[in-house]
Amino acid sequence: MEKEKSILSDESNIRPPATQVGVLGWTKKNLFDGPWNTALTLLILFFLWKVIPPLIDWFFIESRWASTSAECYAADGACWSIITYNIRFIIFGLFPPHLQWRPLTAMLLLAGMLFYSRDRRHWGKGLGYAWAVALFVMGLLMKGGLFGLAPVESTQWSGLPLTLMLSVFGMVAAYPLGVMLALGRRSGMPAIKSLSVVYIEMIRGVPLISLLFMSSVMFPLFLPEGITINKILRAQVAIILFTAAYIAEVVRGGLQAISRGQYEAAESLGLNYYQQMRLIILPQALKIVIPPTVGILISAFKDTSLVVIIALYDLLKTTQSVLSNPKWMGFSAEAYIFIALIYFICCYAMASYSRRLERELGANT
Amino acid sequence: MKTESAETNSPADMPSAVPFWNDPDKRAVVYQILALGMVGLLGYYLFSNTLANLERQSIATGFGFMDKEAAFEIGESPIPYSAADAYARALLVGVLNTLKVSFIGIIFTVLLGTFVGISKLSGNWLLAKLSGIYIEVLQDIPVLLQLFFWYTIFYEILPSPRQAVSPFAGVFLSNRGLVFAVPHYHPVYALMGIAFLGAWAGVFLLRKWARQRQEMTGRIFPVVRVSLLMLLGLPIGVWIIGGAPLSMSVPALTGFNFKGGMNISPEFAALLLGLVLYTSAFVAEIVRAGIQSVSHGQTEAAMAIGLRPGQILNLVILPQALRVIIPPLTSQMLNLTKNSSLAVAIGYPDFVSVANTTINQTGQAIEGVALIMIVYLCFSLLTSLFMNWYNKKMALVER
Repeated sequence: MEKEKSILSDESNIRPPATQVGVLGWTKKNLFDGPWNTALTLLILFFLWKVIPPLIDWFFIESRWASTSAECYAADGACWSIITYNIRFIIFGLFPPHLQWRPLTAMLLLAGMLFYSRDRRHWGKGLGYAWAVALFVMGLLMKGGLFGLAPVESTQWSGLPLTLMLSVFGMVAAYPLGVMLALGRRSGMPAIKSLSVVYIEMIRGVPLISLLFMSSVMFPLFLPEGITINKILRAQVAIILFTAAYIAEVVRGGLQAISRGQYEAAESLGLNYYQQMRLIILPQALKIVIPPTVGILISAFKDTSLVVIIALYDLLKTTQSVLSNPKWMGFSAEAYIFIALIYFICCYAMASYSRRLERELGANT
Repeated sequence: MKTESAETNSPADMPSAVPFWNDPDKRAVVYQILALGMVGLLGYYLFSNTLANLERQSIATGFGFMDKEAAFEIGESPIPYSAADAYARALLVGVLNTLKVSFIGIIFTVLLGTFVGISKLSGNWLLAKLSGIYIEVLQDIPVLLQLFFWYTIFYEILPSPRQAVSPFAGVFLSNRGLVFAVPHYHPVYALMGIAFLGAWAGVFLLRKWARQRQEMTGRIFPVVRVSLLMLLGLPIGVWIIGGAPLSMSVPALTGFNFKGGMNISPEFAALLLGLVLYTSAFVAEIVRAGIQSVSHGQTEAAMAIGLRPGQILNLVILPQALRVIIPPLTSQMLNLTKNSSLAVAIGYPDFVSVANTTINQTGQAIEGVALIMIVYLCFSLLTSLFMNWYNKKMALVER
């Protein structure tokens, strides 16, 4: 008896082998688990060893951060001077230099509003009004002409503010249109349903670039003689029409996910169609589809870069015009990496926010 | 009270009891007429404005311009084309170029996307993390920017043809594109193509027969191995019988550029690379989600009934994962095709690019944009037809 007991207690005192726990255990389990895995790890490590050091060299060690372009041509590494020298033009483009605090303020306001809206506890009517005011202030800061702000021609709107404006205003205006189209597609009235279906499927079937071409070459033909609409607004309309079709499909998904019982309950309460939608169906449906809607916002943000093809001065175009300056020719990789970083940070922030929201909403229901 | 409600319930009394503006059916008719009327009015307004504008600018409407001489060169074309050909042929070249880049792009995208998607699920921490970074980074950078980036790399970083990089014998990489050796034309190659198609037909019949036999007798025929043998063996056999022609057209530097061999232009290469890398990131996520959608219990059950790993993948996991993967995958393929229209930005002569040149030369904006839309609508229509067919075929048959 005694002996048995001691064996038992001994066994319970034995710790797992050092190779099973801690850093070593983790490494073994995740990197060197069997011969095939080990070979793979070694191969990847070799590849990284070959690629990373030269890249770091190019990026940081041999690079020039604030030199003239001549020094850049002499150096081996990246020439970040192209960014530091031209940062104001890349970001603000043709906006009058002494007024560039205005788009900067507008962008900070946008960032602040987005940051504040992240928290779901802040969602409510007040936030909606705050956004309306903020969007108005942003527009005012860009356009000027009121409250003693010097007016700025819309042809001078460019760079990052233009990119942000096209995507934010595009999204805000496309959203109600998209919801209406989604309701239209689910409607029992054949004429309205088929109009919505044709619109949605047609827009989703063609590339955005064809709509932008339409806005730049065809749209002027649509208007009566003497009326012209400026290029940015036309592109904005194309982006709105395009985004609305995609939002409609997302919202339709939400509407389909609402159980039949909800519709019936709303009807039995004696609510009419608008009350049903506004009070019962849409609040639930739109909540479900928030994550995919953020996904659409991300693609709308990325897609605004296409306006470069119809020669609007968005972030990509300002960068390209810096690159066409003979002084800075040949540093395209650096410039493109810089704006890719801007796009990446924005999209990544939105995407990870959408994922977090999906988790939270999923946990709630 | 009671009698009243009974009365309103009888349908004959409805019209008199409910005024027509409160009858949902009649209201619906009014709404629809209103909506159609508004759309019609808007259409008429735009149409009449357009006609007036066209008349003022004296632009002829219609597709009469298609037969006129295009008078512009196209950088690359799968069919013979010269500036003396008609616009219609130029546009056809554009469609073929779009199809070419999309077709090749889709193949590479699916291969790369599947690889990255599976890698993200790998037990190897490094591989999984690298795949995650790949997906995250490439998804979040606009595809147009990626196209510009790769195009720049091709133009600025690669050397001129005289200093071309040659990673393998017969392959040269320069800022004029990628040039590599291809075999000289020989009639045997056409026969090899026929043999390959024949092998596919054979494989199809073999599979059918093998399945029937398995259902009848339970004996399993090694279909995959025999199929591979047929697909490889038949063309190679034809090649050997045909005298095994080996002469290659090796590119050689004459003057400023390469002669001979096959040339892939930097525009095409940049477009293909950009589209494949961008779309494959999305495909990878789709593949990962599809594989994860098959619960682990399925694998365990398959193991328990004694299937081998290859069979588990083929017979249990893939059929279920593909049901989840294929629909979003086709929409990504369509996206790739639509994104190939960005070729216009880097000068690859795809359909949009050719149509754009046509619009600029003839001023036929409406016809040009309409053509672009019709061609892409056809692509998406074909895709959705395929999708419907596939969904019908794959729909769960529940008992």
